[in-house]
Amino acid sequence: MPTLTMVQAVNDALKTAMRRDKSVLVFGEDVGPKGGVFLATEGLTKEFGRERCFDTPLSEDGIIGTAVGMALNGLKPVAEIQFQDFIFPAFDQIVSEAAKFRYRSGGQYSTPLVIRTPYGGGIRGGLYHSQSGEAYFCHTPGLKVVIPSTPEDAKGLLLASIEDPDPVIFMEPKALYRTTKCEVPEGYYTTPLSTLRTARPGQDVTVFCYGAMVPVCVRAAEQAAEKGIDCLVVDLRTLLPLDEEGVLEAAKQTGRVVVVHEAPRFCGYGGEISALIAENIIEYMEAPVARVTGFDTPFPNTLEHHYMPDARRVLDAIEHVHGF
Amino acid sequence: MARRYDGRTVDCRSEAPFGPLEELYGPPMTAQELLTVTAPDGTLQGADPKLSSDELLHCYRTMLMVRAFDDVCLKLQRSGRIGFSIPNKGVEACQVGAASALRASDWIFPSYRDFGMALYHGVTPTEMMHNMFGNDLDTARGRQMPVHFSFDAPIHFVSISSPLGTQIPQAVGAAYAMKLRGEPHVALTSFGDGSTSTLGFHSGLNFAGVWKAPVVFLCQNNGYAISCPTSEQTASESFAIKAKAYGIPGVRVDGNDLLAMRKATLEAVERARRGDGPTLIEAVTFRMGGHSTSDDPTRYVPKELVEAWAKKDPLARFERFLEKRKLWTKELGERLYAEALEHIGQAVKVAEATPAPKLESIFSDVYADVPAHLRRQGQAAFDLAARKGDAGAGDGKFPL
Repeated sequence: MPTLTMVQAVNDALKTAMRRDKSVLVFGEDVGPKGGVFLATEGLTKEFGRERCFDTPLSEDGIIGTAVGMALNGLKPVAEIQFQDFIFPAFDQIVSEAAKFRYRSGGQYSTPLVIRTPYGGGIRGGLYHSQSGEAYFCHTPGLKVVIPSTPEDAKGLLLASIEDPDPVIFMEPKALYRTTKCEVPEGYYTTPLSTLRTARPGQDVTVFCYGAMVPVCVRAAEQAAEKGIDCLVVDLRTLLPLDEEGVLEAAKQTGRVVVVHEAPRFCGYGGEISALIAENIIEYMEAPVARVTGFDTPFPNTLEHHYMPDARRVLDAIEHVHGF
Repeated sequence: MARRYDGRTVDCRSEAPFGPLEELYGPPMTAQELLTVTAPDGTLQGADPKLSSDELLHCYRTMLMVRAFDDVCLKLQRSGRIGFSIPNKGVEACQVGAASALRASDWIFPSYRDFGMALYHGVTPTEMMHNMFGNDLDTARGRQMPVHFSFDAPIHFVSISSPLGTQIPQAVGAAYAMKLRGEPHVALTSFGDGSTSTLGFHSGLNFAGVWKAPVVFLCQNNGYAISCPTSEQTASESFAIKAKAYGIPGVRVDGNDLLAMRKATLEAVERARRGDGPTLIEAVTFRMGGHSTSDDPTRYVPKELVEAWAKKDPLARFERFLEKRKLWTKELGERLYAEALEHIGQAVKVAEATPAPKLESIFSDVYADVPAHLRRQGQAAFDLAARKGDAGAGDGKFPL
């Protein structure tokens, strides 16, 4: 089994999907001969031709608007938005169109498309190359929102997203593109959407996280273990639709929960996890749910390491809920 | 062949065996002139379009049906039986003329003022009326406001949304799929003058130009975007001329002249089928009614303008053309309109008697499969209804 970085695993998934299904297309800004600014689409134009992997005009609205039309008419577009920070001109096409076609046509029309987009901080990208916009999309019924944290999952979840009959926002933690490596199975396989992954087993505190925060939380859990606190780290992987039963089960196991994300706290995804627990299993809880998140500010450049949750902050929250 | 609203079929193919288009219509037009084929008095100015009597009468009946559907829906709305409607008076020739240039295998990405295109290709008033009442047989299952139709047969008349201009790049994407698969099909997208200011107009025309996609952009310049006149929409000398900057042909057509609309659309469709890419058609017309049943156009449209355009009524002009062909008399017109009303009256009876969608329809079609959280939410709603009774419906009036 080859050892791949996450960006190599994404590339492998795209090639695997395109070899398997002629209706799969990849397009976006600079994804053609250049192979994408992160090289996620390297070699695709060469292997599959300009009709199936190509550069578009610089217009996110146009990329997603045309992707919707392609999906309506039998293709499986995998559109790339170069940075998730630039997705907002396409927000109308995503939220008003892709997410609602099946509903508003009683199933006559559907939009099985995938929007791949790198997100998150840690690369000194400042305000507009660092944001985590998952909450905008998780608030939209009809979308699926998927975020991998390992190369193996990146491939399996991306292939599952391409196979999925509904529109998927596939957010790739760019901080992990080259910093994580693992063995990735060759050929076609899918990792089912809406399933959780146990990143680290444990019994004392449950830490929910996703994307680039998963390795941060695992590091924090290792440091907690040195202090005698055994943490269960759960990688949510699919934020919408969420495996709610799985989340409640994992929370019940310890009765102490920390939720971690890079995105701002207010109306962030952690609030949903917290509410889910409060509504359903409050009687199992030994401590209030703690959230470790980005601040409710725009994303800073020079001080980004203070903005982004690190193992230090996560460990602090783990100790807090453990000692409560 | 298209299925007529009364179930009969009529030969209204666009691939009529009448030879090269140039021979038929003369040289292609430019953005500068306004293409007219039928003079206001009904005299043919250009080459004879050589449509069969059946085909001409199908166009006429469809325009009548649009007007009758409008008239009935206005009454239904005013009497509180439906919540909302969108009038089409004045723009029937744009819709029907353009639709007559399409084959059933082509796709239409419409705006909310385009349903004459669906009627032309055989969607029935009953199917449409189900949507007006938002009942259980509505293709959108009552999830959308009235007039937001969705049909996938006998032609793809793609589900309409309320945000403007979003359908434009979608048509380009659908056309790209046709081109990629080597299909001889065309996507036509229709929108108003207001939509030319949207993101979708720019990205759609730009992408289509770059990709040479087989798509036809039909801008129905009907004078107003709700209350805003075109002078507040653009400083451009026309909408058609905007095509030039995208490297595609742009033409201006008398939108109240059905035969001119057909000619311009047919040319654009043929160009797309040949692989020569997209065309922007600006149909110059006038919305003789309000934006919707919730709108009072007398607050912003000068009376003189309404009177001037009333003389250019597209239906009346086509009647004068048919009269010269000995295909129309006043009596025939009245009889066909009465037939259309009768047909729509039946559709109202059927649609009004059809029950509202069931509660579970709220939770289906969000995804291909109902996910667990929606099953739980649905179950909670059913349980509440069982314990406390159904939620009370509002009066169904759109308050704007």
